[in-house]
Order: sequence, then C-alpha cells, then structure tokens
Amino acid sequence: MTDLSRRRFLKASGAAAAAGAALGHSSLVEAQDSRGPVGATTLPYPREGIAKAGAIKENVPMPFNYPDSASFCQVIKMGRKVPGGVGPDGDIVAYSTQCTHMGCPLSYDKDARTFKCGCHFSIFDPEMGGQMVDGQSTENLPRILLEHDTKDDTLYAVAVEGLIYGRQCNIL
Amino acid sequence: MTQYRDRIPLPPPDAQRTNLTCHFCIVGCGYHVYKWPENREGGRVPEENALGLDFRTQLPPLTVIMTPPMHNVVTDRDGSRHHILIVPDKECTVNQGLSSTRGGQMASVMFTGEGMSRQRLYYPMLFTGDDWVETNWDHALKVYAGVTKHILDTSGPDQIAFNVFDHGGAGGGFENTWGSGKLMFTAIQTPLVRIHNRPAYNSECHATRDMGIGELNNSYEDSEVADTLFYVGANGYETQTNYFLAHALPNMAGQSVEKKKQWFPGEGAEQAKVIFVDPRRSLTLSVAEHLAGKDNVLHLAIAPGTDTALFNGLLTYVVDKGWHDKEFIDAYTSGFEEALKANRIGLKECSKITGVPASDIEKAAEWAYAPKPSGHRKRTMHGYEKGIIWGNDNYRIQSALVDLVLATHNVGRRGTGVVRMGGHQEGYARPPYPGGRPAIYVDEEIIAGKGKMLTVWACNAFQTTLNAEQYREAVYRRAAIVRDVISKARGASADELTDLIVDAIENRGGLFVVNIDLYHTKFSSAAHLLLPAAHPGEMNLTSMNGERRMRLSERFMDPPGEAKPDCLIAADIANTLKAMYEKEGNAKMAKRFSGFDWKTEEDAFNDGFRKPEGIDSQGGPTGSLATYERLRAMGTNGVQLPIKEYKDGKLVGTEMVYADYKFDTKDGKAHFLPAPWTGLPGTVEAQKKKYRFWVNNGRTNHIWQTAYHDRFLAFRRDRFPMSPLEINPEDAKSLGIQSGDIVELHNDYGSTFAMAYLEPDIARGQTFMMFGYDNGVVGDVVTPWTDRNIIPYYKGTWADIRKVGTMKDYRRTVSFKRRRFLSA
Repeated sequence: MTDLSRRRFLKASGAAAAAGAALGHSSLVEAQDSRGPVGATTLPYPREGIAKAGAIKENVPMPFNYPDSASFCQVIKMGRKVPGGVGPDGDIVAYSTQCTHMGCPLSYDKDARTFKCGCHFSIFDPEMGGQMVDGQSTENLPRILLEHDTKDDTLYAVAVEGLIYGRQCNIL
Repeated sequence: MTQYRDRIPLPPPDAQRTNLTCHFCIVGCGYHVYKWPENREGGRVPEENALGLDFRTQLPPLTVIMTPPMHNVVTDRDGSRHHILIVPDKECTVNQGLSSTRGGQMASVMFTGEGMSRQRLYYPMLFTGDDWVETNWDHALKVYAGVTKHILDTSGPDQIAFNVFDHGGAGGGFENTWGSGKLMFTAIQTPLVRIHNRPAYNSECHATRDMGIGELNNSYEDSEVADTLFYVGANGYETQTNYFLAHALPNMAGQSVEKKKQWFPGEGAEQAKVIFVDPRRSLTLSVAEHLAGKDNVLHLAIAPGTDTALFNGLLTYVVDKGWHDKEFIDAYTSGFEEALKANRIGLKECSKITGVPASDIEKAAEWAYAPKPSGHRKRTMHGYEKGIIWGNDNYRIQSALVDLVLATHNVGRRGTGVVRMGGHQEGYARPPYPGGRPAIYVDEEIIAGKGKMLTVWACNAFQTTLNAEQYREAVYRRAAIVRDVISKARGASADELTDLIVDAIENRGGLFVVNIDLYHTKFSSAAHLLLPAAHPGEMNLTSMNGERRMRLSERFMDPPGEAKPDCLIAADIANTLKAMYEKEGNAKMAKRFSGFDWKTEEDAFNDGFRKPEGIDSQGGPTGSLATYERLRAMGTNGVQLPIKEYKDGKLVGTEMVYADYKFDTKDGKAHFLPAPWTGLPGTVEAQKKKYRFWVNNGRTNHIWQTAYHDRFLAFRRDRFPMSPLEINPEDAKSLGIQSGDIVELHNDYGSTFAMAYLEPDIARGQTFMMFGYDNGVVGDVVTPWTDRNIIPYYKGTWADIRKVGTMKDYRRTVSFKRRRFLSA
C-alpha cells in the first residue's frame, strides 16, 4: 500500500519553486542541488504513506523504500512502547536496513529481536533507536521518522535521521 | 550539519591527502586523511570529489565506508579551519578498505576547538593545593626538573618512578618510546619504571623470547592459508577486528582454497578448521561458527587457568601419536626430551584438569597436528593474547604452548606461526633498561611509601593495574600530602614551589605526581602537574603492527594550545635539567642530560630508531635504512621489519621470521622449556575457594583502552555508560539481578561496580567484565599476584556479586540484546 506519489511538501518558509516539480533527476533538482530551498535546515524529505498501522504484524518487519526506490527500509511493530515508536501503542519504528558499515542488507532475527548484517556481523536494536548492539559501524541505524495519521491509520515516512549508507546526502 | 546528521561534505579533487595508521589497536589499519578549506566541498559527480565516486546514485554495498563520524572540522593554530575526512585505504594490505568501529571514529576525536575536544589539555596545568591553574612550559619544566634534580642529587635515580607506555600508535610510537626511554634510562637512569598495563618493566612475552621465538613471527596473510586456526585466549573479532575480517574470515569461509593451492602445490587444501581455547564462548567464536559452520569450529572451554595442562596434554598426545617433527626437532632445537618429560600429562588427566572431554582434546590434536590426507604436515596458525598473557603464570603457559608449536614445526613455515594477536600497536626503541630481571614491582614500592616522584606518561594505572583499589588509595594518600603542603604557597616562585614539594616528599611521605597526557584522566585526580601531549596526526609518528609492518603516520594538523609530542616533552625535561647542571658547573651530570637537541619528532626518530647500536629496538640493526622520506614513499603498506634492504627506491622487509630456522638464541637453536602443570597460585586459589564467581575480564569491541576519548562520545558512552558485566541468566536470577542493574563485585582485595548484562552463552559461575574502563574498574578485585617476571594474572579473579540497585536510565537507553551473532 505504498503511496508512490512524489509530491514534496515544502517547509513553511513558503518557497514555491518546486511546487508541482517533476520527479527524479530533473534539472530542477539539480538547481536545488539537494540542499533544499535556501533557508531550510532540513533536506526536502518527501512525505510518503507506507502502510496502514493496523496491517503491520508484530515482530514481522515489512519492507518499504524511502526516501527513494534505491533506499531499502523496514517498518516493524515491536509489541511494546519503544523510543521513537508511533502508532496507537507507540511501538512502530522504521529504519534503513542498509548496514551503516558497508551497506550490506540487514536481516531480522525475530528471536533475538535485532537486525543483523552477514558481512561483518553488526547487530542493531530496533527497540533502542537502532543502537548498534555490536559490530563495526560507527553509526547506529538511520531512523526513518514516522507519523501516524489517526484519521485513516496511515503511517507516513517523513524524514531520515542519520546518513543512509552509500550516500553523500540522504536525498539524491 | 543539521539535526538529522544526514549529509556529509565530500573532499574536492585537490584536497590534501595524507596517510594515517589507525591510532588504536595492534592491527594498524591504513587510512587516508583528506583535508580541505572550510568553505569548499566536492561535488557528487566522480570528477568532482577526491574519492572518485558517483554520489548521484546509491552506492552498492561494500563500495566505501564514509559516515559522519569520519568527518570533522579542525582548527589549526593560525585560526584556519578545515574539513577533514578520515577513510580507510582500499590499497592497504592490512585492512583492504575496512574500518573497525574504533578506527572509523578517528575524525571524531580530532581537535576542533569545540565540544569534546575542549577536554584536551591545552597548557601545562599546576594544582595549587585546592585548584588547577594553567601555567607555561617554562614554569612547569622548572618545577618538574627542580624536583627531579633534587631527588637525583640526594637519593639517586631509583626514587624517581615512571608509569609509562611501551607501545605504538597513539600514546606511543618509535619517536616517543625513544624520547621517554632516553630520558628515563640514559639520562635519569631509573629502574623504578612500570608499564601501562603491568606493574614492572618487563615483557609480556619473556618465555617465547627466551625460547628464541619473537612473538610476532608471521604475516597476517598466513592466517589466510593456514589449514587450522588455533586461537588461545584471543577474541579477534572484538580486539583485532580487521586482522580477523580481512585475513581469517576468508579462510573460515572457504574463500582462500585456491590461494592455498597456489602457495602449497600438491598439498591438500580445504576450508580452515578453527579451534578456540577459551573458557568463554566469545563473540569471535560465534562469528566463526557462522562463517565456517559449527562442524568446523571446536571450542575447548577449559576451566579457568588450566591452559598449561591443556597444551601439555596435547603435546603428550601428539608425540605419542608420532605427529611431531623429529627431524626439525633434532636439527633446529634443543631440550625437547627434557621438556616432554616435565610436561607429560595423559589424556584422561588432561581432561580431568581442564574439564574438556577427552574426545575434544583428541579432535583438537587431529585438527591441528595430524598429517593431512595428502601426507603433508598441517600448517597451524596459533594466535594467543590476553587469555594467556594475563593468565595463570604467563611464563609457564607460554612455554607450554610454544613447546607444542615447536614440536610440530609450526614456526617458520608459511601458514603457521605462534604469535600474540596483540593489544596496542607496537613501536619500541629504547636504551637498555637499567635494571634486572625480574624487574621491580613498582606498585608495591609506591604502596610501601617508596619513590618520591611519579610521572604517569600516556597511561592510567588507576584503571588498568592489578590490586587497583589499594594502589589508588596509596597514591591518593601520598599525593594529598604534597597537595596540603603546596596549598600553603603564597606568591611562590618555581624554586620556592620546588622546595615545598621537596619538603613534602622528603619529610612527610608524600609523592609528587605528574601526568603527561592528552586529557585529565582518573589519575589526574591525584596529580599536581599536567603536561599536554599530542597524538598521531598532530605529529608525525611511526609504529609497527602485529605483522611488524612499520608505517609513517603523517602530521596534518596542529595540536591544541601548547601541547606537543611526548618525545619533545622528554627533550624539554632533559634540556632543562642539563641547563640546571651546567649552571652549577656539574659537567658530568650535564653530559648525562645531553643529546636531546631535537626540534622535531623526526629528530627523535633519527636519534633512536635509526641508530640501533646498543639500544633495544624493534627495528633491529637495519633500522638505519628507514627514513621519514623513504617511509612516506611506502604509504600505508610501509615495510615489514626487519628491513632487508633499500632497493630501487623501496624498502624491502620480512614477511616470515625464522624461515631459515635461525632462532634468536646464542646457539641459534630454539630452546624447549619445561613447563609442568602446577595448578593455580595460592593467592588466587584462596579467592577461588572463598568467592562464587570467576570474574573474567577484557576488552569490548566498542571501547578503546581506558576510554580516554570514548567517554566523551555519545555513540560509545550511550552503549556502555558503565562497565558491562556479562552474567549467566540463571545465576543472575538467583541473585535477583536483571540486565541494567548495578552490581557490586567484591573479594578480599577490593570492590567495584558494574552494569549487569545477562548473556545465556556465559557459563554458570563465570562472568566477564570490561577491563580498564573509567566507570567500573575490574582491577579493584584483581589480586596482587604476579608470575616470576612480575606479570599480573588479571584473569585469575574471583569475587562475590550482589545487586546494589537499578539505573532506570540505563534500562531506558542501553540495549541488552545478544552481542553474539549466533547462539550456541
């Protein structure tokens, strides 16, 4: 149920330059040079619906892509209130699942309740803000900041805290 | 940088690029430092950034390591600010583009003039008796030299104590071991010196050296082609990370079979078998099982302290089977029969002592020493570290292990070796130590009121020594005497202050304490004078790693304030004393303090490492062939010591030591040493009988050493706000302990506190506490027992444990999930 619409909500600074802009590698994006509209301190993260909160099963992560199709993420319902958790139980969190060490795809160990990397054995805790339990990265997992729309139960990805592997900047 | 830390500036193509060997562990990963002006940044198009990568799209996995902690903005002395990006070098044969969690953070600890870097010592600091004040070098050196001179002139050098580093990397290096060593041993001539992690001036590897085998006798590459990897008391994934990942992992995963076939044509070649000798199921063991499959990994979970019995049992079994190399033994060694007789232990008895099933002992012997199906002798790489170095009688265990290795000809052949895996990097060049062996147990002297002045140089025994509580108590008490006296000073000149200090140390039992360091540390709480030092990058520095690979780390920025390299601090001290002696016409003593006319650290390097005659240097007789210029040209791959020659603009080194079977003894033969099993020392046995838990201790992956940097970094401190104590869940339950609870460990020698971390893989009755941390010092419960060379038995610790309370905040912010990749 991923909303693939790429409308970008601009910050309240009111810069209208990108209103109705095309997506992807348009010249308009180049002109903005991925630093966003002047005056904003955050990147132009899209606001994207990823799923209905009610559809997410406990301890079974669901993949999605954010802020673009090349960045692999997972949303997971932990079953207890956790830091950064949203939803009626404050237990839904989402992370980039490209290991912050060297980008290998993470897999979820449902018994250990951790994301693990088979390349160099980094382990991350989704119930502790993506803290690296052990491993070789110098960064915890990038958190996908979520908002939960109580009106229609949609979970929205709205920003990323932490640098996604293999990027100079989270917005390409 | 925004609040989301979601972007990083790229170095432009014309960014300055220098080489930096990691500051931290023995592996010595190679890094590049990019430095460019604050107002510029590179572009995402490959031609527009120095990394040559295309950041317009998502990079595939394993392409690069580049995270915000690898970036910083540094401030030089002229006020200019520059971006730096410190990233691993793909061309470095050591790490091949990998960074560990520790080396990867180097940029984060560089001096920026803000945040944590303001914790750095900028200037010499004096404690006035009730407050710290900044002073200048002139004043500080006058006081330091004044007190030193007084003691030299009245009592003699052996009342002048040093706690000093002997290693490479940050807080070490050939320049700095030389500078400090020339001061201590040639100029001052004091024997009252201990080392950062042990209370005397000794080697962690006396036994193997006495047998003729230096402890770094192979290359990292040998782990790639060994038939069997045999790890003893070593946890490579956490403590020699990229040595493990770049060189052992391929072998465990079966990726180096072709290489083996190329190196050893005609020999059987398959994926490695891996043996772990360790009471604890370590993180490394768990990773090995994942890589190699549980069928290819053997865990000999020996009872604590029984290593010698195990090796003697293996030796006996191997010889009885005829798997030893008689020809090699006859031709190149001596003392075999005597050692065999002394060490002999039958399989049943060995199993009884070690607690390892006889079938597992047999299996280990087969895996490591039985002939291959092709008929060839197995190549077994033996890597040992603190499990035996801080084990039950270091000299004895090492002898027993090397006896086994020698008997099976696992030295000098590629794919073999008997090596310490290492802690710090190495980088030793000093005049001979002016004392005997065994050396003086310095801690005991200090505790007993001996020694009048103590310089604590780039180390911190308050966190790293044995019997630490008693040590700290004595130092605090004696230092307080000096503080009381100093606090009476009003308008005192350097000379007057010196006189006051002298009164305190001569007449009142005081101890004058000086720290030379990057920061205030726990030891500084007892100090009177602090001298600010610099680390690699702020100075040029040479070191060698665990395969003797020597590199030059290049200076790329200024140290803060008036901090300077340790070797130049040593020179300043010597030159101040020289001037004092010259002033009073004492030509003899003035001469003793001569030879420190160094302007730069390169001068120190040229004075020490490059003049090897009559000194103890890891560069050996050919050290003179190394120059900064030549080393710079060798980049992050450097040269493996000893240097063989300088040819065609390249330094040519030594990959495998003892390939010619000429060992480092007078007669050139390797000497077996008898090492009969003798149980545990009485002191340790007494604690074991009295107290419930074995308190194993050592490093964790996240934290480097005494956390002198890490305590200021959220990523590190948030993970381990306090020293974690791994404990079996059943044991924890019996004591009402949950993860995140604060526990007290106590025995006859002291008590300390730790943060409980339940872990099912820890055996009943055993625990593991992080060593050397600033919040929770395990050394407080370590007995004062040492082996014949004054090497501690940190691993020989038993204590009771009780719950003290709960830190709600730790439960809220610290993950207590499984650190082991695979469950048992």
